[in-house]
Amino acid sequence: MSRRALLAIMGLLAATLAAVPARAERLIVSVSNHRVTVTPNYSGGELVLFGSVEKDAGTPASRSNYDLVVTVSGPRADMVTRRKERKFGIWINTDYRQFLQVPGYLALFSNRPFDEIASPEVQRRQQLGLNNVLLMQRVGPDFADVVPNDPFRSAFVRLRSEHGLYREAPSAVTFLTPTLFRTGIPLPAEVPIGTYNVEIKLFADGALVTKTETAFEIVKVGFEQFVANTARQNGFVYGLVTAFMALMTGWMASIVFRKD
Amino acid sequence: MTRPCACLATKQEATRVQLYLPIADIPVNVFLILAMGAAVGFVSGMFGIGGGFLMTPLLIFVGIAPAVAVASVASHIAASSFSGAISYWRRRAIDPLLAAVLLTGGTIGTALGVWTFTLLRSLGQLDLMIALSYVILLTTVGGLMFWEGLRAMLRARRGGPVTLRKPGSHGWIHGLPLKVRFKRSKIYLSVIPVIVVGLVIGFIGAVMGIGGGFILVPLMIYLLRVPTSTVIGTSMVLTLVTMVFATMLHAVTNHLVDAVLALILMIGGVTGAQFGARAGQKIRGEHLRLLLGLLVLAVGIRFAVELVIRPQDLFSIRETGGGGPP
Repeated sequence: MSRRALLAIMGLLAATLAAVPARAERLIVSVSNHRVTVTPNYSGGELVLFGSVEKDAGTPASRSNYDLVVTVSGPRADMVTRRKERKFGIWINTDYRQFLQVPGYLALFSNRPFDEIASPEVQRRQQLGLNNVLLMQRVGPDFADVVPNDPFRSAFVRLRSEHGLYREAPSAVTFLTPTLFRTGIPLPAEVPIGTYNVEIKLFADGALVTKTETAFEIVKVGFEQFVANTARQNGFVYGLVTAFMALMTGWMASIVFRKD
Repeated sequence: MTRPCACLATKQEATRVQLYLPIADIPVNVFLILAMGAAVGFVSGMFGIGGGFLMTPLLIFVGIAPAVAVASVASHIAASSFSGAISYWRRRAIDPLLAAVLLTGGTIGTALGVWTFTLLRSLGQLDLMIALSYVILLTTVGGLMFWEGLRAMLRARRGGPVTLRKPGSHGWIHGLPLKVRFKRSKIYLSVIPVIVVGLVIGFIGAVMGIGGGFILVPLMIYLLRVPTSTVIGTSMVLTLVTMVFATMLHAVTNHLVDAVLALILMIGGVTGAQFGARAGQKIRGEHLRLLLGLLVLAVGIRFAVELVIRPQDLFSIRETGGGGPP
């Protein structure tokens, strides 16, 4: 994030602030980059989310201690978590649980621990923290989320977290002034391609005051996009070209390394 | 593109050898993949095997999705075996007729294998079946080859006959009808066992997702009594044709062949295969069999250990897209 870009965002925020009609608190946010492009040397990155809490005449004057929770969720997919068990002396996959349309990337950031922001009831309703986010599963004939300490659910969250794809950081949001905040959104190298939703919720005195949403996308461009598209749309041609490439490489090598 | 964060610039500097794979969707270290391709290529050139049973687990270990690894390895093996086949062809170490007859059986076997694969998948224990067949196949084949190579070596040291091919001994295989003279290999043999061997290899290859060269070579040596001079080149032709078809099949049905990954593997692979083929010609037949037996056995034992020892993590996640569990 260069200083110039930062200034540009600040300017943008200031301009937006001026144009807003008077109401209760509102949130004005922006991501440093709405379109992350994947190039051959892509190896992850970090976005910065900036925002400001705007107060007006309707806001109680005493209210100044705001809490903020940012939820970033990536493209959704079906996943399966399997558990190995020992049977006949060997370890085999026995049980499994299906996770339906769960985010491929999920990050929850706040300015202080979720427990201090709101009551457990509010935390659950507003899906604050990895333990409270709704992860739909097929449990027998039902579709539901289960208790946080369910072995499959906790293993799922743990494995995703080990890859940096699920994360929770209760101190990642920084208030630069009482109303101006920023947070970084780290994107590991293996983040899925697609659209990412960012939901920002503002709390005061343990209750939700307002919320807003923004989004960014991670896209392949140029050569990466061309290869991925061709593979999907023209499988036969793609296969032919790959096979031909294999034969050419083999033939070239035998010429290059020819001794006689 | 504009970098989202200035702090990234320094990180990029340090990891310049990273390359983003368009289908696998992860960045990899180019030199690591090149080295892996070269190492497996060397082994494949030396023994006349595809090396899929080595390459696929290596790629999965680096973090590439198993389905993408299997699909991309097919094209890598095609390149390796083509470069190997050319140099064996120049040395007149390929029996074209034998290769053609093997391919006839191989095609039928592949079709049968794909059908069985679908059946096992619907029964729900495909993963275990693959792991078990790896263990059983690799340890038996590896063990037998190792044992045989060891015995041949001891015999050679005592001054006995070195080659396996005893002109006087005719097994039941030689009593079968439809005999054909395979000129290059200097054998007179019924086409029935040759087609059956091709069929078995095609079947195993389709079910287990491997080229099957490491089973084909011993089968040709011990069962068909093909002389070591033409075994490797001929098996390479079979591997080449099967893997070109496999690449096509994977590209058309699953769209999971990563051409960039395949190209890096190929460049490493063909280079390695050239040196491997040269090294293979210098080593004596029984030593070669002993070494290959040891390698196959080692991989088989590794798979067995994985099944028996308590895994570090009992849980695993797999993306299933829209469908049910595979």
